[in-house]
Amino acid sequence: MKKQNRQEVIMGFVTWAAAVVTIATLLFIIVFILVRGVPYINPSLFSFTYNSENVSLLPAMISTILMTLCSLVIAVPLGVGAAIYLTEYASRGHKSVAFIRATTETLAGIPSIVYGLFGMLFFVTFLRWGFSLLAGAFTLSIMILPLIMRSSEEAIKAVPDMYREGAFGLGAGKLRTVFRIVLPSALPGILAGIILAVGRIVGETAALIYTAGTVAQVPENLLMSARTLSVHMYALSSEGLHINEGYATAVILLLVVVMINMLSVKIAQRIGGHP
Amino acid sequence: MMRSRFDEQLSVLHNSLVEMGALIERAITKATQALVEHDVSLAREVIEGDGVIDEKEKNIESQCLKLLLSQQPVARDLRQISSALKMITDMERIGDQAADISELCIYLADQTYIKKLEHIPQMAEATIKMVTESIDAYVKKDLALAEAVIEYDDVVDELYILIKRELIALVHEDVNNGEQAFDLMQIAKYYERIGDHAVNIARWVIFSITGRHKEK
Amino acid sequence: MNCFTIENLNVHYGAFQALKNINLSMEKGNITAFIGPSGCGKSTLIKTLNRMNDLVEGCKITGRVELFNEDIYGDMDVNILRKRVGMVFQKPNPFPMSIYDNIAFGPRTHGITSKYQLDEIVERSLQGAAIWDEVKDRLKKPALSLSGGQQQRLCIARALAVSPEVLLMDEPTSALDPISTGKIEELLLTLRNEYSIIIVTHNIQQAARISDKTAFFLLGELIEYDETEVMFSVPRDKRTEDYITGRFG
Repeated sequence: MKKQNRQEVIMGFVTWAAAVVTIATLLFIIVFILVRGVPYINPSLFSFTYNSENVSLLPAMISTILMTLCSLVIAVPLGVGAAIYLTEYASRGHKSVAFIRATTETLAGIPSIVYGLFGMLFFVTFLRWGFSLLAGAFTLSIMILPLIMRSSEEAIKAVPDMYREGAFGLGAGKLRTVFRIVLPSALPGILAGIILAVGRIVGETAALIYTAGTVAQVPENLLMSARTLSVHMYALSSEGLHINEGYATAVILLLVVVMINMLSVKIAQRIGGHP
Repeated sequence: MMRSRFDEQLSVLHNSLVEMGALIERAITKATQALVEHDVSLAREVIEGDGVIDEKEKNIESQCLKLLLSQQPVARDLRQISSALKMITDMERIGDQAADISELCIYLADQTYIKKLEHIPQMAEATIKMVTESIDAYVKKDLALAEAVIEYDDVVDELYILIKRELIALVHEDVNNGEQAFDLMQIAKYYERIGDHAVNIARWVIFSITGRHKEK
Repeated sequence: MNCFTIENLNVHYGAFQALKNINLSMEKGNITAFIGPSGCGKSTLIKTLNRMNDLVEGCKITGRVELFNEDIYGDMDVNILRKRVGMVFQKPNPFPMSIYDNIAFGPRTHGITSKYQLDEIVERSLQGAAIWDEVKDRLKKPALSLSGGQQQRLCIARALAVSPEVLLMDEPTSALDPISTGKIEELLLTLRNEYSIIIVTHNIQQAARISDKTAFFLLGELIEYDETEVMFSVPRDKRTEDYITGRFG
């Protein structure tokens, strides 16, 4: 008995210690960045032009938004469409289903630098787009496609069959059932997947350096090179001249990521609210 | 097998009916014996015993109602239970007839019979046979037996007519026989009634088995 | 006049034969009950009547099924069939939308767009399902906020909204409490003359209470089909009697 008690105490201590270390590490990182970066956040960092004296991050932020939107515009219809095909139209157990799923899983596991190189070779060089927003968006969309497909598939599968049965029983065809009943029901889950994808885009650096380049101005058209916030941070720190502004950018980036996560939690709660 | 509890309860119901049948058979036997032997105390036993028969009827009735409520019977179960409800009414009336016979027996106790009672005991025997066999037919679900009971009532009716003729003859012989003849006629009537009630019991047995009423 | 006529119907799920040589005619304006132990094929049969079986992979159907003398596996558009033959399921399944949208879904599917018409249909259907008074002030509220019994009546209203000729009900009250069950049984009795109703039920007493005719199925075969009163007092087949008296489940 005594031995068991001692074991439990040790176990309790060990797990407590693990939690403390984890949280402490996280807090340390955050506090470190905040301490180094917050003093250097000033309004000039939010001016529309970037020049070597004022390393404004607003162009990068605008580029980030544009990049996100473009990638989503490409990836979401494809991903959701593929998910709909897999769950609603393909007969379960058909060979093509297994094949598609296998390729999706593979795509999801490829490191982003590989995507970056592929993007550079194909979009930038072969298609002659050069370093551009477009090349970056296309590369990113390939990256997030498996993510969106998977989460959309899960969300659509989670829609209870009895809704579909109810719709068919009323004489609704497959198309109508999918678009009026299944998709609206699956929307929270699909949105959650999209938000995760956005999180990934915002954090992506390697793939973008090789495809979208690092031009720090607000891009005037899709074929211009542009840098996102994370690339901006990378550039600042590798140039070595504006480390402090680099930290300031890191703070902003952190803020953006936190906001995205909070948004996805809110949506997840809404799904939970729906029976 | 499902519904073993229900089957047990039906079994208990059957036993109760058999018991009630035994009670009324004994009542008929004792009433007849009391009548033949001028046994007043035996007659009183029959009259008192009618109370027990009435109690038995109430007991079986409440068993049936409980089964209807709790088991929601259909088809053959429903027919059996509803037939039982009807059968006990006729059985209770048989008990009443036996008590009535005993009442008259006490009244006639001091008199000598104007003739030897031979047909009346025969009627008693016949009706006892009918009661026993109709309840038997119910428990065994024996259609042929129930129908035989109905046929056998003819015997009782014939004996009744025979007794009537004899008594009429006795009254012709001596007008003073008239009063006792009336009473004996009444007693014969009671036995004939017992026979009719036994026929009713048999009819309900047929209904419980087939779901149809036998044409009269 | 028969609403459904079934001739030599055989249904296979892969190698398993769920229905064997069914011949059955159901009268218009009646409530017909299908009873039988689990796995006897009664649910399969009812799903054949509105071709919901088409959705099951590996389902093979031979024989003839006619709805008011029209072959349902012939030229009839399956969606029109399902409009004419409505279905209510065992577990209430309102869509995750407002009460109004649930009822309006069917009519909208079949081309009705005018708000005025839809309003009228929604009210008429909810009244027909005896639930109008309970929900008329909350039509825009989510249907899933209703109780189980109310949800099921909503599903009945939803089926009524497309003006069907026949209503198929697959154990509609088995998931409900006794009071809701009672309300729905009352409702079915009032719907009886306007619609032909076919109800699958596990509850013998329910079949006895509300149906005009009853069909007893066992292991994919139709054993007996008769007026309910007759079948429940003097069934012809011993298997029927054993089933309804509960001597086998």
